[in-house]
Amino acid sequence: MSERHDINLKINGADYAVSVEARRTLVDTIRDNCGLTGTHIGCEHGVCGACTVLVDGEPVRSCLMFAVQAQGREIRTVEGLQQGDRLHPLQEAFMQHHALQCGFCTPGFLMLAVGVLEKHADLSDEELIDVLSSNLCRCTGYENIIKAVRAVAESMKARP
Amino acid sequence: MKPASFIYHAPRSTDEAVSLLAELAPQDGRILAGGQSLVPTMAFRMARPAHLIDINGIAELAKLSVSGLVLSIGACVRHAAFDSDTVPGVTGDLLRKVVHNIAHYPIRTRGTFCGSVANADPASEWCCVMASLDGIAVARSQRGTRRLPASEFYQGIMATALAEDEMVVAAELPMLPAGTRTGFVEFSRRKGDFAIAMALVAYRLENGAMVEPRVGIGGAEAHARRIGAAEDALRGQAPGAEAFSAAGVAAAAAIDPLEDINNSADYRRGLVRTLVTRALESAA
Repeated sequence: MSERHDINLKINGADYAVSVEARRTLVDTIRDNCGLTGTHIGCEHGVCGACTVLVDGEPVRSCLMFAVQAQGREIRTVEGLQQGDRLHPLQEAFMQHHALQCGFCTPGFLMLAVGVLEKHADLSDEELIDVLSSNLCRCTGYENIIKAVRAVAESMKARP
Repeated sequence: MKPASFIYHAPRSTDEAVSLLAELAPQDGRILAGGQSLVPTMAFRMARPAHLIDINGIAELAKLSVSGLVLSIGACVRHAAFDSDTVPGVTGDLLRKVVHNIAHYPIRTRGTFCGSVANADPASEWCCVMASLDGIAVARSQRGTRRLPASEFYQGIMATALAEDEMVVAAELPMLPAGTRTGFVEFSRRKGDFAIAMALVAYRLENGAMVEPRVGIGGAEAHARRIGAAEDALRGQAPGAEAFSAAGVAAAAAIDPLEDINNSADYRRGLVRTLVTRALESAA
Protein backbone atom coordinates (compact mmCIF):
# COMPACT_ATOMS: atom_id res chain seq x y z
CA MET A 1 0.00 0.00 0.00
CA SER A 2 3.00 2.34 0.07
CA GLU A 3 2.91 2.89 -3.69
CA ARG A 4 5.00 5.96 -4.52
CA HIS A 5 4.60 8.46 -7.31
CA ASP A 6 7.52 10.29 -8.88
CA ILE A 7 6.13 13.67 -9.75
CA ASN A 8 7.31 17.09 -10.73
CA LEU A 9 5.84 20.12 -8.97
CA LYS A 10 6.21 23.64 -10.31
CA ILE A 11 6.30 26.01 -7.36
CA ASN A 12 6.97 29.73 -7.79
CA GLY A 13 8.37 28.97 -11.25
CA ALA A 14 10.91 26.38 -10.04
CA ASP A 15 10.70 22.63 -10.62
CA TYR A 16 10.78 20.18 -7.73
CA ALA A 17 11.10 16.46 -8.47
CA VAL A 18 9.65 14.54 -5.55
CA SER A 19 8.64 10.99 -4.74
CA VAL A 20 5.46 10.85 -2.66
CA GLU A 21 2.80 8.44 -1.52
CA ALA A 22 -0.62 9.19 -3.02
CA ARG A 23 -1.93 10.09 0.43
CA ARG A 24 0.62 12.87 0.90
CA THR A 25 -1.14 16.22 0.92
CA LEU A 26 0.10 19.10 -1.17
CA VAL A 27 0.94 21.14 1.93
CA ASP A 28 3.08 18.39 3.48
CA THR A 29 4.88 18.02 0.16
CA ILE A 30 5.48 21.75 -0.21
CA ARG A 31 6.90 21.96 3.31
CA ASP A 32 8.69 18.66 3.85
CA ASN A 33 9.72 17.52 0.38
CA CYS A 34 10.33 20.92 -1.20
CA GLY A 35 11.54 22.71 1.94
CA LEU A 36 9.22 25.69 1.46
CA THR A 37 8.06 26.16 5.03
CA GLY A 38 6.42 29.55 4.52
CA THR A 39 3.10 27.76 3.96
CA HIS A 40 1.74 26.81 7.37
CA ILE A 41 -0.33 23.84 8.47
CA GLY A 42 -3.11 24.60 10.91
CA CYS A 43 -6.12 22.35 11.18
CA GLU A 44 -5.35 19.83 8.41
CA HIS A 45 -9.02 19.51 7.53
CA GLY A 46 -9.84 22.55 5.47
CA VAL A 47 -11.23 24.86 8.12
CA CYS A 48 -8.53 27.37 9.08
CA GLY A 49 -7.04 28.38 5.73
CA ALA A 50 -3.44 28.68 7.02
CA CYS A 51 -2.26 26.40 4.18
CA THR A 52 -3.91 28.40 1.37
CA VAL A 53 -1.76 28.48 -1.80
CA LEU A 54 -2.54 29.36 -5.40
CA VAL A 55 -2.99 26.53 -7.88
CA ASP A 56 -3.31 27.84 -11.44
CA GLY A 57 -4.15 31.21 -9.91
CA GLU A 58 -6.97 29.94 -7.68
CA PRO A 59 -6.70 29.99 -3.88
CA VAL A 60 -7.03 26.42 -2.59
CA ARG A 61 -6.58 24.68 0.74
CA SER A 62 -3.40 22.69 0.18
CA CYS A 63 -4.34 20.28 2.99
CA LEU A 64 -7.37 19.19 0.94
CA MET A 65 -5.45 18.37 -2.22
CA PHE A 66 -3.02 15.52 -2.75
CA ALA A 67 0.38 16.31 -4.20
CA VAL A 68 -0.19 13.84 -7.06
CA GLN A 69 -3.11 16.01 -8.14
CA ALA A 70 -0.94 19.11 -8.45
CA GLN A 71 1.37 17.74 -11.11
CA GLY A 72 1.56 20.05 -14.12
CA ARG A 73 -0.16 22.90 -12.28
CA GLU A 74 1.33 26.30 -11.46
CA ILE A 75 1.66 26.51 -7.69
CA ARG A 76 2.41 29.76 -5.92
CA THR A 77 3.30 30.09 -2.24
CA VAL A 78 4.17 33.00 0.02
CA GLU A 79 7.85 32.62 -0.90
CA GLY A 80 6.94 33.65 -4.45
CA LEU A 81 5.40 37.01 -3.51
CA GLN A 82 8.61 38.95 -2.89
CA GLN A 83 10.40 40.13 -6.07
CA GLY A 84 14.14 40.38 -5.32
CA ASP A 85 14.39 42.51 -2.20
CA ARG A 86 11.01 44.14 -2.81
CA LEU A 87 8.08 42.86 -0.84
CA HIS A 88 4.75 42.37 -2.58
CA PRO A 89 2.46 45.42 -2.10
CA LEU A 90 0.16 43.28 0.05
CA GLN A 91 3.06 42.29 2.31
CA GLU A 92 3.92 46.01 2.65
CA ALA A 93 0.28 46.78 3.43
CA PHE A 94 0.15 44.06 6.09
CA MET A 95 3.14 45.74 7.79
CA GLN A 96 1.72 49.26 7.48
CA HIS A 97 -1.73 48.34 8.77
CA HIS A 98 -0.46 45.99 11.47
CA ALA A 99 -2.45 43.15 9.91
CA LEU A 100 -0.54 40.47 11.77
CA GLN A 101 0.55 39.74 15.27
CA CYS A 102 1.81 36.18 15.71
CA GLY A 103 1.96 35.71 11.94
CA PHE A 104 0.84 32.10 11.82
CA CYS A 105 -2.16 32.74 9.58
CA THR A 106 -0.43 35.42 7.49
CA PRO A 107 0.87 33.30 4.56
CA GLY A 108 -2.63 31.88 4.09
CA PHE A 109 -4.26 35.31 4.19
CA LEU A 110 -1.69 36.74 1.78
CA MET A 111 -2.19 33.99 -0.79
CA LEU A 112 -5.98 34.11 -0.43
CA ALA A 113 -6.09 37.86 -0.94
CA VAL A 114 -3.49 37.93 -3.75
CA GLY A 115 -5.40 35.21 -5.61
CA VAL A 116 -8.70 37.04 -5.30
CA LEU A 117 -7.33 40.55 -6.03
CA GLU A 118 -5.55 39.38 -9.18
CA LYS A 119 -8.94 38.30 -10.51
CA HIS A 120 -11.25 40.94 -9.09
CA ALA A 121 -9.63 44.11 -7.78
CA ASP A 122 -13.06 45.77 -7.83
CA LEU A 123 -14.42 43.85 -4.85
CA SER A 124 -17.14 45.56 -2.83
CA ASP A 125 -16.61 45.82 0.93
CA GLU A 126 -19.20 43.10 1.41
CA GLU A 127 -17.43 40.76 -1.03
CA LEU A 128 -14.07 41.51 0.58
CA ILE A 129 -15.38 40.55 4.02
CA ASP A 130 -16.96 37.41 2.52
CA VAL A 131 -13.58 36.41 1.04
CA LEU A 132 -11.61 37.17 4.21
CA SER A 133 -14.09 35.16 6.30
CA SER A 134 -12.49 32.10 4.65
CA ASN A 135 -9.45 32.07 6.92
CA LEU A 136 -9.03 32.16 10.68
CA CYS A 137 -6.92 34.71 12.56
CA ARG A 138 -6.91 34.61 16.35
CA CYS A 139 -4.82 37.75 16.97
CA THR A 140 -5.98 40.69 14.93
CA GLY A 141 -9.76 40.65 15.07
CA TYR A 142 -9.60 40.90 11.24
CA GLU A 143 -10.10 44.67 11.05
CA ASN A 144 -6.49 45.41 10.16
CA ILE A 145 -6.38 42.58 7.64
CA ILE A 146 -9.45 44.06 5.97
CA LYS A 147 -7.78 47.50 5.95
CA ALA A 148 -4.58 46.15 4.41
CA VAL A 149 -6.36 44.25 1.65
CA ARG A 150 -8.70 47.16 0.95
CA ALA A 151 -5.72 49.54 0.64
CA VAL A 152 -4.09 47.32 -1.98
CA ALA A 153 -7.39 46.83 -3.80
CA GLU A 154 -7.80 50.62 -3.97
CA SER A 155 -4.30 51.14 -5.37
CA MET A 156 -4.86 48.37 -7.95
CA LYS A 157 -8.12 50.01 -9.03
CA ALA A 158 -6.40 53.41 -9.28
CA ARG A 159 -3.75 51.95 -11.59
CA PRO A 160 -4.89 52.27 -15.21
CA MET B 1 -4.64 13.80 10.90
CA LYS B 2 -3.02 12.21 7.86
CA PRO B 3 -5.15 10.18 5.46
CA ALA B 4 -4.54 6.42 5.39
CA SER B 5 -2.82 4.89 2.37
CA PHE B 6 -4.74 4.38 -0.84
CA ILE B 7 -3.98 3.57 -4.44
CA TYR B 8 -4.45 6.50 -6.79
CA HIS B 9 -6.04 6.23 -10.22
CA ALA B 10 -6.36 9.10 -12.68
CA PRO B 11 -8.61 8.09 -15.59
CA ARG B 12 -8.74 10.32 -18.67
CA SER B 13 -12.26 9.51 -19.83
CA THR B 14 -15.64 8.80 -18.25
CA ASP B 15 -15.62 5.31 -19.79
CA GLU B 16 -12.32 4.61 -18.09
CA ALA B 17 -13.62 6.02 -14.79
CA VAL B 18 -16.75 3.84 -14.72
CA SER B 19 -14.71 0.80 -15.73
CA LEU B 20 -12.31 1.45 -12.82
CA LEU B 21 -15.27 2.02 -10.51
CA ALA B 22 -16.87 -1.31 -11.51
CA GLU B 23 -13.60 -3.05 -10.71
CA LEU B 24 -12.61 -1.14 -7.57
CA ALA B 25 -15.89 -0.22 -5.83
CA PRO B 26 -16.15 -3.76 -4.36
CA GLN B 27 -12.61 -3.23 -3.02
CA ASP B 28 -13.61 0.02 -1.27
CA GLY B 29 -12.80 2.28 -4.20
CA ARG B 30 -14.33 5.73 -4.37
CA ILE B 31 -14.57 8.65 -6.75
CA LEU B 32 -12.52 11.75 -5.87
CA ALA B 33 -13.90 14.97 -7.36
CA GLY B 34 -13.26 18.27 -5.52
CA GLY B 35 -12.39 16.40 -2.34
CA GLN B 36 -13.60 19.19 -0.06
CA SER B 37 -15.75 16.77 1.97
CA LEU B 38 -13.98 13.46 1.29
CA VAL B 39 -10.42 14.57 2.10
CA PRO B 40 -11.25 16.01 5.56
CA THR B 41 -13.16 12.80 6.29
CA MET B 42 -10.04 10.87 5.28
CA ALA B 43 -7.86 13.11 7.46
CA PHE B 44 -10.03 12.13 10.42
CA ARG B 45 -9.75 8.48 9.25
CA MET B 46 -13.53 8.28 9.21
CA ALA B 47 -13.11 7.29 5.55
CA ARG B 48 -10.28 4.98 4.55
CA PRO B 49 -10.87 4.17 0.89
CA ALA B 50 -8.45 1.62 -0.53
CA HIS B 51 -8.59 3.22 -3.98
CA LEU B 52 -9.36 6.74 -5.16
CA ILE B 53 -10.47 7.34 -8.72
CA ASP B 54 -9.61 10.98 -9.39
CA ILE B 55 -11.94 12.38 -12.07
CA ASN B 56 -10.41 15.87 -12.15
CA GLY B 57 -8.44 15.14 -15.31
CA ILE B 58 -11.51 14.19 -17.37
CA ALA B 59 -12.13 17.17 -19.64
CA GLU B 60 -15.56 15.99 -20.82
CA LEU B 61 -16.85 16.21 -17.22
CA ALA B 62 -16.01 19.92 -16.86
CA LYS B 63 -18.86 21.04 -19.14
CA LEU B 64 -21.58 23.41 -18.06
CA SER B 65 -24.15 23.86 -20.82
CA VAL B 66 -27.68 25.02 -21.51
CA SER B 67 -29.68 23.08 -24.04
CA GLY B 68 -33.25 24.25 -24.53
CA LEU B 69 -34.81 24.43 -21.09
CA VAL B 70 -32.21 22.25 -19.35
CA LEU B 71 -29.02 23.28 -17.58
CA SER B 72 -26.53 20.41 -17.57
CA ILE B 73 -23.75 20.51 -14.98
CA GLY B 74 -20.84 18.11 -15.54
CA ALA B 75 -19.26 16.23 -12.64
CA CYS B 76 -16.17 18.46 -12.49
CA VAL B 77 -17.94 21.85 -12.56
CA ARG B 78 -16.82 23.74 -9.45
CA HIS B 79 -19.10 25.69 -7.12
CA ALA B 80 -17.28 28.88 -8.18
CA ALA B 81 -18.59 28.48 -11.75
CA PHE B 82 -21.97 29.70 -10.53
CA ASP B 83 -20.49 32.89 -9.08
CA SER B 84 -20.51 34.47 -12.55
CA ASP B 85 -22.95 35.18 -15.35
CA THR B 86 -22.21 31.84 -17.06
CA VAL B 87 -25.73 30.55 -16.45
CA PRO B 88 -28.32 32.95 -17.88
CA GLY B 89 -31.84 33.76 -16.76
CA VAL B 90 -33.74 33.14 -13.56
CA THR B 91 -31.96 29.85 -12.83
CA GLY B 92 -28.57 31.59 -13.12
CA ASP B 93 -29.72 34.35 -10.76
CA LEU B 94 -30.92 31.78 -8.24
CA LEU B 95 -27.68 29.76 -8.37
CA ARG B 96 -25.71 32.98 -7.82
CA LYS B 97 -27.79 33.72 -4.71
CA VAL B 98 -27.18 30.21 -3.40
CA VAL B 99 -23.46 29.79 -4.14
CA HIS B 100 -22.32 32.45 -1.67
CA ASN B 101 -23.76 30.37 1.15
CA ILE B 102 -21.49 27.41 0.37
CA ALA B 103 -18.51 27.21 2.71
CA HIS B 104 -15.79 29.72 1.73
CA TYR B 105 -14.09 31.06 -1.39
CA PRO B 106 -11.16 28.58 -1.53
CA ILE B 107 -13.56 25.66 -0.98
CA ARG B 108 -15.75 26.91 -3.83
CA THR B 109 -12.78 26.94 -6.22
CA ARG B 110 -12.29 23.16 -5.73
CA GLY B 111 -15.56 21.61 -4.58
CA THR B 112 -17.99 20.47 -7.27
CA PHE B 113 -21.76 20.71 -7.73
CA CYS B 114 -22.14 17.01 -8.53
CA GLY B 115 -19.83 16.01 -5.67
CA SER B 116 -22.21 17.76 -3.26
CA VAL B 117 -25.17 16.12 -4.98
CA ALA B 118 -23.64 12.64 -4.60
CA ASN B 119 -22.37 13.24 -1.05
CA ALA B 120 -25.99 14.02 -0.04
CA ASP B 121 -25.16 15.91 3.13
CA PRO B 122 -28.49 17.08 4.61
CA ALA B 123 -27.03 20.61 4.87
CA SER B 124 -25.88 20.80 1.24
CA GLU B 125 -27.21 23.84 -0.57
CA TRP B 126 -27.01 22.15 -3.98
CA CYS B 127 -29.04 19.19 -2.70
CA CYS B 128 -31.72 21.69 -1.66
CA VAL B 129 -31.59 23.23 -5.14
CA MET B 130 -31.88 19.79 -6.75
CA ALA B 131 -34.87 18.85 -4.59
CA SER B 132 -36.62 22.22 -4.92
CA LEU B 133 -36.27 22.43 -8.72
CA ASP B 134 -36.82 18.70 -9.39
CA GLY B 135 -33.29 18.29 -10.70
CA ILE B 136 -32.05 15.05 -12.19
CA ALA B 137 -28.89 13.17 -11.22
CA VAL B 138 -27.40 11.40 -14.24
CA ALA B 139 -25.81 8.18 -12.97
CA ARG B 140 -23.47 6.16 -15.14
CA SER B 141 -22.00 2.73 -14.81
CA GLN B 142 -20.77 0.13 -17.25
CA ARG B 143 -24.33 -1.17 -17.21
CA GLY B 144 -25.70 2.04 -18.66
CA THR B 145 -27.06 5.46 -17.72
CA ARG B 146 -29.91 6.16 -15.31
CA ARG B 147 -31.60 9.53 -14.91
CA LEU B 148 -32.72 9.80 -11.31
CA PRO B 149 -35.12 12.58 -10.24
CA ALA B 150 -34.07 14.22 -6.97
CA SER B 151 -37.22 12.90 -5.26
CA GLU B 152 -35.97 9.32 -5.91
CA PHE B 153 -32.24 10.03 -5.67
CA TYR B 154 -32.18 11.22 -2.06
CA GLN B 155 -32.97 8.51 0.45
CA GLY B 156 -31.56 9.65 3.79
CA ILE B 157 -28.61 11.24 5.54
CA MET B 158 -25.77 10.92 3.02
CA ALA B 159 -27.72 8.08 1.39
CA THR B 160 -28.72 8.04 -2.28
CA ALA B 161 -30.12 5.66 -4.88
CA LEU B 162 -26.65 5.34 -6.49
CA ALA B 163 -25.45 1.77 -6.86
CA GLU B 164 -21.90 0.93 -5.83
CA ASP B 165 -20.64 0.95 -9.42
CA GLU B 166 -22.42 4.17 -10.45
CA MET B 167 -21.07 7.70 -10.49
CA VAL B 168 -22.92 10.99 -10.96
CA VAL B 169 -21.60 12.24 -14.30
CA ALA B 170 -23.93 15.25 -14.49
CA ALA B 171 -26.81 17.00 -12.80
CA GLU B 172 -29.64 18.64 -14.69
CA LEU B 173 -31.73 21.60 -13.59
CA PRO B 174 -34.63 23.28 -15.36
CA MET B 175 -34.17 26.76 -16.79
CA LEU B 176 -36.99 28.48 -14.90
CA PRO B 177 -39.34 30.61 -17.01
CA ALA B 178 -38.69 34.35 -17.22
CA GLY B 179 -40.63 36.20 -14.54
CA THR B 180 -40.18 33.45 -11.95
CA ARG B 181 -39.40 34.97 -8.56
CA THR B 182 -36.94 33.12 -6.38
CA GLY B 183 -35.56 33.39 -2.86
CA PHE B 184 -33.00 31.46 -0.85
CA VAL B 185 -32.17 31.91 2.83
CA GLU B 186 -30.20 29.75 5.23
CA PHE B 187 -29.15 30.04 8.84
CA SER B 188 -25.92 28.94 10.46
CA ARG B 189 -24.22 30.16 13.61
CA ARG B 190 -21.03 31.25 11.82
CA LYS B 191 -20.55 32.30 8.22
CA GLY B 192 -19.64 29.30 6.08
CA ASP B 193 -20.75 26.70 8.61
CA PHE B 194 -23.17 23.91 7.82
CA ALA B 195 -26.67 25.34 7.75
CA ILE B 196 -29.07 24.34 10.52
CA ALA B 197 -31.88 24.93 8.04
CA MET B 198 -32.43 26.54 4.64
CA ALA B 199 -35.39 27.46 2.47
CA LEU B 200 -35.63 27.88 -1.28
CA VAL B 201 -38.79 29.33 -2.81
CA ALA B 202 -39.94 30.08 -6.33
CA TYR B 203 -43.22 31.13 -7.91
CA ARG B 204 -44.65 33.05 -10.86
CA LEU B 205 -47.44 35.60 -10.85
CA GLU B 206 -50.50 35.27 -13.04
CA ASN B 207 -53.21 37.92 -12.70
CA GLY B 208 -51.79 38.86 -9.32
CA ALA B 209 -51.87 35.29 -7.95
CA MET B 210 -48.96 32.95 -7.25
CA VAL B 211 -48.69 29.96 -9.60
CA GLU B 212 -46.24 27.04 -9.85
CA PRO B 213 -45.06 27.57 -6.27
CA ARG B 214 -42.00 25.70 -5.05
CA VAL B 215 -40.93 25.53 -1.41
CA GLY B 216 -37.85 23.39 -0.70
CA ILE B 217 -36.36 22.82 2.74
CA GLY B 218 -32.82 21.62 3.38
CA GLY B 219 -30.67 21.11 6.46
CA ALA B 220 -33.65 20.45 8.71
CA GLU B 221 -34.47 16.88 7.73
CA ALA B 222 -32.53 13.78 6.64
CA HIS B 223 -32.56 15.09 3.09
CA ALA B 224 -33.85 18.15 1.28
CA ARG B 225 -37.31 17.98 -0.28
CA ARG B 226 -40.23 20.03 -1.55
CA ILE B 227 -42.93 20.68 1.03
CA GLY B 228 -46.29 20.30 -0.68
CA ALA B 229 -48.33 21.72 2.19
CA ALA B 230 -46.34 24.98 2.09
CA GLU B 231 -46.77 25.20 -1.68
CA ASP B 232 -50.53 24.68 -1.28
CA ALA B 233 -50.59 27.65 1.09
CA LEU B 234 -49.20 29.85 -1.70
CA ARG B 235 -50.94 28.53 -4.82
CA GLY B 236 -53.57 30.95 -6.11
CA GLN B 237 -52.94 33.50 -3.35
CA ALA B 238 -51.70 37.06 -3.73
CA PRO B 239 -48.10 37.46 -2.56
CA GLY B 240 -47.99 39.15 0.82
CA ALA B 241 -47.53 38.77 4.54
CA GLU B 242 -50.62 36.60 5.02
CA ALA B 243 -49.74 33.94 2.43
CA PHE B 244 -46.03 34.00 3.30
CA SER B 245 -46.73 33.48 6.96
CA ALA B 246 -49.20 30.65 6.20
CA ALA B 247 -46.55 28.90 4.07
CA GLY B 248 -44.02 29.18 6.91
CA VAL B 249 -46.47 27.69 9.38
CA ALA B 250 -47.37 24.87 6.96
CA ALA B 251 -43.70 24.02 6.30
CA ALA B 252 -42.87 23.96 10.03
CA ALA B 253 -45.78 21.60 10.67
CA ALA B 254 -44.89 19.30 7.76
CA ILE B 255 -41.26 18.56 8.53
CA ASP B 256 -39.73 15.79 10.63
CA PRO B 257 -36.74 17.70 11.99
CA LEU B 258 -33.28 16.31 12.76
CA GLU B 259 -32.15 16.80 16.34
CA ASP B 260 -28.61 17.29 17.55
CA ILE B 261 -26.83 18.53 20.64
CA ASN B 262 -27.31 22.19 19.70
CA ASN B 263 -30.62 22.11 17.87
CA SER B 264 -33.84 20.59 19.16
CA ALA B 265 -36.67 19.58 16.82
CA ASP B 266 -38.72 22.52 18.04
CA TYR B 267 -35.90 24.94 17.34
CA ARG B 268 -35.55 23.65 13.80
CA ARG B 269 -39.30 23.91 13.25
CA GLY B 270 -39.26 27.51 14.40
CA LEU B 271 -36.30 28.22 12.17
CA VAL B 272 -37.99 26.68 9.12
CA ARG B 273 -41.08 28.78 9.72
CA THR B 274 -38.97 31.94 9.83
CA LEU B 275 -36.74 31.02 6.89
CA VAL B 276 -39.64 30.15 4.55
CA THR B 277 -41.25 33.49 5.31
CA ARG B 278 -37.96 35.37 4.82
CA ALA B 279 -37.20 33.56 1.57
CA LEU B 280 -40.65 34.50 0.26
CA GLU B 281 -40.18 38.12 1.35
CA SER B 282 -36.81 38.25 -0.41
CA ALA B 283 -38.38 36.84 -3.60
CA ALA B 284 -41.33 39.25 -3.68
